[in-house]
Amino acid sequence: MNERMRAGYADVAVTVPVTVPYVRHSIRSAHWFLARALAGLLQDSKLEKEAIDGLCVSSFLLFPDTAVGLTQHLGLSPRWLDHIPMGGASGIVALRRAARAVASGDAEIVACIAGDTNHVDSFRQTIASFSQFARDAVYPYGSGGPNASFAFLTDHYMRTTGARREDFGKLCVAQRVNALANPHALFKKPLTLAEYLAARPIAEPLHLFDCVMPCAGGEAFLVMTRDRAASLGLGYATVLGTIERHNAFPDDPIQTRGGWALDREALYEQAAVGPSDMDFVEFYDDYPLITTLQLEDLGFCAKGDGPRFIRDHSFTADGSFPLNTSGGQLSVGQAGAAGGYLGLVAALRQLTGQPQGAAVPDARLGLVSGFGMINYDRGLCSGAAVLARGGA
Amino acid sequence: MTEPMIRPPRRNPILRTRQSLLPPWQRSRVALGMTAAAAEGRFELQVCAKCGAVQYPPREACHRCLDDRLPWREQLGSGELLSQTRVHVSHDLFFRERVPWRLGMVKLDCGPTVVVHLHGDVAQPPSRVRVGARLDRAAMAVLVGFPEKDGANMADDRQLREMTCDPKFRKVLVTDGKTSAGQALVRALAAAGADLIWVGHAEPWKKFPGLEELAKLPQVMLMPLDLTDARSVREIAAAIGAKVDILVNNAEYHRAHGIASRHGTEAARAEMDVNYFGLLRLAQEFGPVMRARGADGKASAVAWVNVLSIFALSNFPAHGTYSASKAAAFSLAQCLRAEMRPGGVRVINVFPGPLDDEWNQLLPPPKLDPAALARACVAALKDGVEDVYPGDVAEEWRARFRENPKVLERELSTG
Repeated sequence: MNERMRAGYADVAVTVPVTVPYVRHSIRSAHWFLARALAGLLQDSKLEKEAIDGLCVSSFLLFPDTAVGLTQHLGLSPRWLDHIPMGGASGIVALRRAARAVASGDAEIVACIAGDTNHVDSFRQTIASFSQFARDAVYPYGSGGPNASFAFLTDHYMRTTGARREDFGKLCVAQRVNALANPHALFKKPLTLAEYLAARPIAEPLHLFDCVMPCAGGEAFLVMTRDRAASLGLGYATVLGTIERHNAFPDDPIQTRGGWALDREALYEQAAVGPSDMDFVEFYDDYPLITTLQLEDLGFCAKGDGPRFIRDHSFTADGSFPLNTSGGQLSVGQAGAAGGYLGLVAALRQLTGQPQGAAVPDARLGLVSGFGMINYDRGLCSGAAVLARGGA
Repeated sequence: MTEPMIRPPRRNPILRTRQSLLPPWQRSRVALGMTAAAAEGRFELQVCAKCGAVQYPPREACHRCLDDRLPWREQLGSGELLSQTRVHVSHDLFFRERVPWRLGMVKLDCGPTVVVHLHGDVAQPPSRVRVGARLDRAAMAVLVGFPEKDGANMADDRQLREMTCDPKFRKVLVTDGKTSAGQALVRALAAAGADLIWVGHAEPWKKFPGLEELAKLPQVMLMPLDLTDARSVREIAAAIGAKVDILVNNAEYHRAHGIASRHGTEAARAEMDVNYFGLLRLAQEFGPVMRARGADGKASAVAWVNVLSIFALSNFPAHGTYSASKAAAFSLAQCLRAEMRPGGVRVINVFPGPLDDEWNQLLPPPKLDPAALARACVAALKDGVEDVYPGDVAEEWRARFRENPKVLERELSTG
């Protein structure tokens, strides 16, 4: 390989973590949640709307609009605009795009916003026509949606590695502990391992607490130069390294790894740190299996050792491996495309000393990863970023 | 192993008949290629004409070399079951009424990984499976994972029975019992486990060979039925229409004439009266009630079989008016198929070559044995296919028609 050295993100600051409070169902449209997210950014940064000259949008339910229509809807005139339909990888990819725009000077301040509504019937409609392949070759088979897709991957993983339901349950229970301190989390009651194991089956081997709950909400952050953030008095994080990959390992007959396995060396090389340096991680977690794959593929343990790693660690914010410190999607809820921002916004809060809920002691370095878009039989998009505590 | 199905209890007339639902039927246009093959009982996938890569899900360009020539080619379907699930919570109303539903993910030996409905006899993964294409209740192709070796009672699998039209424990109307083909159909349906078979005969005062013997079968009930008489059709429908699960319309009128060989329209009119208007009368009386019973318990209304003729595809001048009446019936059967689809009732069109009977006396062999026609019809019901071409002559006509219908027309016009 004769790869060119990638430019870093030395001048870039990620700042102003915003969450539009989650609700199970809403009669508002996605536009409302995106507007609230932008308003939250302006309020917390004390910037005028005109200062936002770059906009990056992710939303499943914005249709028939795109980011273009949203500029008129929200009265913005950005000179840089992006629309990222990458589901759970949206946050990481938005960060990558926005960071480059700011570093190159194509935009001064980029607002990255993700939001979705959730009407009583909107999840069903979304999955019925999620993709051409899903409509032709998945949905007519039991119409179980992503639950059934992840059931296949989880069943295979359990058979080949010896993972048990108790292992996945340990992750879910720990995330619930983290969520109880987070006012935005929709799940307010503690979860015991016994309750996890006794839950009703959804798509075997998945049971109720293995599956994210669709909801409505929004997440957002700003990307600007470090100088600008400092002059505005905003606490920020810096970006040490990032990766993204789409349709990795297409010849794998069933998904046992994500694109991280292909790119993690590039990530850690750019960031000049390793997995053991992380003070906490925010993994994409719509199902505990995918968390387990990230443990392996991002280098925290060897391939297939996920179950043992889970048995050897504790995952609460004060544990040996602080994971999904806000509760993750499994305990906060999955607000459509905002689910792809949740980990990034939570990491930003930890690194700027304003966590919602439990703080990871002395958090200076965090890993965030994203995963999304089960187009047919596997998730296609993966991404990750290493963020560090910045100044101001 | 699948437990043998138990005869469903009589339905409770006080309870509301369950409404028919269809599984999701939306497909891209390119994906309908799989349905076209499955409608004739074949499992086909796109194969790249340039590099040979097998494609799935269906697509517009080869995933390996981007070539856009992706003809559909028959597949063996052998593969390995990698993982399975049992769906308990479905977003679709059809499946919601039928959960739990077993699914598998299979790596086909020919390349792609496919999601399949998984037959109950398939062993836990990892295990070998045989994937086949079937039409589901929405008449769209779906893939089914079967065990490598057939087991006893396989057809009784609860999920598979949702995709087939198995005559077992079902009530059948055969519209004409006086012909050898009709009698062969009745015997084949009885052997396939049909619960009750009503057998129509147009002129009850006449004695036809074999009919009395047929009536001795315990499942058989003779019924006067004349398709040219609207009142006769209406009366029969009023008596048994709400019980018929499978209707086999084999009644036909056949004279061996072209245009010039017989003056006047009388024979042609009689052919149309039975072959075309007879189907229309039946469809108007039986169609709506069968469609309403598409989900009526374990032995619901499930199929309508039209015995047409291979001459429906392209006119056979020696039997020119008969060909025209069968072409008209074929066209009407396509309309019936569209109208029955919301009930999940399959319309099966059978296109036999010339039968070995008196009206085909002058045609050269091979001629189709009535028992072979009957076997093909029952097999179509069991496999749930939609278009059937029984016999060597029909197979050859179909191949010629598919390759170039104009060439076939010229071949037929020059004898």
